[in-house]
Amino acid sequence: MRERDGAHILMEVLKSEGVEVVFGIPGGVVLPILDAFYDPGMPRFLLTRHEQGAGHAADGYARATGKVGVCLATSGPGATNLVTALATANFDSIPIVAITGQVKTFLIGNDAFQEADITGITRPITKHSYLVKDVTKLGECLRAAFHIARTGRPGPVLVDIPADVASAKTDVEIPDSVDLPGYKPVIKGNRRQIKRAAEAINAAERPLLYVGGGVIISGASELLRQLAFKTHIPVTTTLMALGSFPEDHPLALKMLGMHGTAYANYAVQESDLLIAVGARFDDRITGDVKRFAPHAKVIHIDIDPSSISKNIRVDIPVVGDASDILEGLLELCEPREHEEWLAKIAAWKAKHPLAYKPDGLKPQYVIEQICEISQGKAVICTEVGQNQMWSAQWYTHRYPRHFISSGGLGTMGYGFPAAIGAQVGRPDALVVDIAGDGSIQMNIQELATAVYNKLPVKICILNNGHLGMVRQWQELFYKRRYSGSTLNGNPDFVRLAEAYGARGARITKAEDVRPALAKAFADPSVWVLDFVVEPEENVFPMVPAGEAIDRMIGGMA
Amino acid sequence: MRHIISTIVENKPGVLAHIAGLFAGRGFNIDSLAVGETEDPARSRMTVVVRGDDSVLEQVRKQLGKIIDVIKVTDFSDVEFVERDLALVKVAVKPERRREIFELCEVFRGKVVDIGAKQITIEISGPEKKVEAFIELLKPYGIREVVRTGRIAIARGD
Repeated sequence: MRERDGAHILMEVLKSEGVEVVFGIPGGVVLPILDAFYDPGMPRFLLTRHEQGAGHAADGYARATGKVGVCLATSGPGATNLVTALATANFDSIPIVAITGQVKTFLIGNDAFQEADITGITRPITKHSYLVKDVTKLGECLRAAFHIARTGRPGPVLVDIPADVASAKTDVEIPDSVDLPGYKPVIKGNRRQIKRAAEAINAAERPLLYVGGGVIISGASELLRQLAFKTHIPVTTTLMALGSFPEDHPLALKMLGMHGTAYANYAVQESDLLIAVGARFDDRITGDVKRFAPHAKVIHIDIDPSSISKNIRVDIPVVGDASDILEGLLELCEPREHEEWLAKIAAWKAKHPLAYKPDGLKPQYVIEQICEISQGKAVICTEVGQNQMWSAQWYTHRYPRHFISSGGLGTMGYGFPAAIGAQVGRPDALVVDIAGDGSIQMNIQELATAVYNKLPVKICILNNGHLGMVRQWQELFYKRRYSGSTLNGNPDFVRLAEAYGARGARITKAEDVRPALAKAFADPSVWVLDFVVEPEENVFPMVPAGEAIDRMIGGMA
Repeated sequence: MRHIISTIVENKPGVLAHIAGLFAGRGFNIDSLAVGETEDPARSRMTVVVRGDDSVLEQVRKQLGKIIDVIKVTDFSDVEFVERDLALVKVAVKPERRREIFELCEVFRGKVVDIGAKQITIEISGPEKKVEAFIELLKPYGIREVVRTGRIAIARGD
């Protein structure tokens, strides 16, 4: 084996792992690595304007493509700027390999310039991390990082590379695979447990599939569809699973939980068997756990044993990959009709549809039109808050990996850089970031990245002049005392877009929504559409935090 | 209820911090912790005594299992095992009453490891209750310092 330096070992691993692009920002200690990117035939280095943007872009790329996203930052502040992005990916089980530079090995612990203990800082928010102090171990650690990131319950893995390790030379070969004695994720579901689950499904009268992001990660959407169609079991999804089941199908109940549909929540509360697949009974789903699904036996299918019986008592746990287990269930479950149960659900759907008053320019209307004009085929990224919940509710989600949103951590400023990453991964797709006027300003500097790299993301700002979800909670629970939630001093987003070389338009009337969207979607530029919507519109229905999920308030639903 | 959780981990820097951080971050209370190399120098054993009900313990076990550098997790609640605590106790004692201490040591199989003009230091090991009973008996003399290890435990052999 010929000698090469650590930076070129990194390039070799990136290439052999099929990495096409690395999002990041350089700095002193990663100069050897940046220099290696400059050679012909290396993966593309895509310069963002903030490391958080790089981290979210890698995350959006991973969610849109199913591949591992890679980001790079220098030591110290570069690395700490990745923290929010890593926590976001960790919470939503997204495979990322983050490369950080570190000060030279002999300076570690000396409070050197731009030094931060980034493996220490990120330990609780990564799946694993390596500080590589010896160049002969670098290839092995990087190989392990990709393996850990993408297998089992995926997640972010950080590899911290000191400057002298990046430039040190070795002729050590990079192993093709790694053996990690402490890491053996269970993929195949226990056959006896699958049989027990199938028996429960066959015996149930009011079963309900409660589907989480694990189904999308596992690539099990088609199997889920087949199982639901065969057994006529209705399907409700979490935010993370939107698109795993076609919402235009009669068996679809859309999202459940705090801002879920009334009929999904009623179905949970009346079901006699809840089949959770790749979901983790988050508090935004369960509300008061003691009053959650009171009549239901619970089957819990999850690849992460620590998810089982964490929040709620489970009757039939099945640990393993959703695809493997759903395949087993599909074989063992008998065809059923469930006419009575489905009729009851249909009646709830008719009586309690999602609804809003169509006066003025309503955010819900904007999202419906985004869905219609894109024929539901856009890759939708969202920020966090009202824009996110309306996107979940009012867009008809039909395809997996077409809805990209920070679920667990709820990171404002996630959507736009994630959309950039999604557009890199899916160059031919229409990628739309549905944003609020608050969230978009948290990573708006990435407009430069999108424009320069010709990544024609369409940003649709639902501009209500507030941190809308905060304002909604203050309206409902704090006597309309809008403390700290009014966004005075917002910029002119149209002129801001133009300043970055993007195109912009302001829309103030409902009748202008469709033409504006049609124009922007057909145009190859980056667009910022500033929809000036009703300032005090709320997301309904809503389950107040800690209530039972059938105790919804508000709106017309 | 108290549980003794025994883990085999990779003998690498950062593993102890990872495990300690996990307990802190998830609100689990550690009663004691002992770490040492195993028969394989690439691996260490961490013995953790932790308090909590069954559901807490189940989470502790599962969360430990998720750490990549943790190779094996055993809860000794399910198996027959031998446990030991070790303590070094420094007691104030006048020369004329040393004999009483020696007698106590004999009964408890304690070992005198240091004798000074005014103080005497005893090594005592055994199950937690025995160590505590011994310390209790020494209290009237005036305990100056107690240093205790975390619990270690090993499953009984075949």
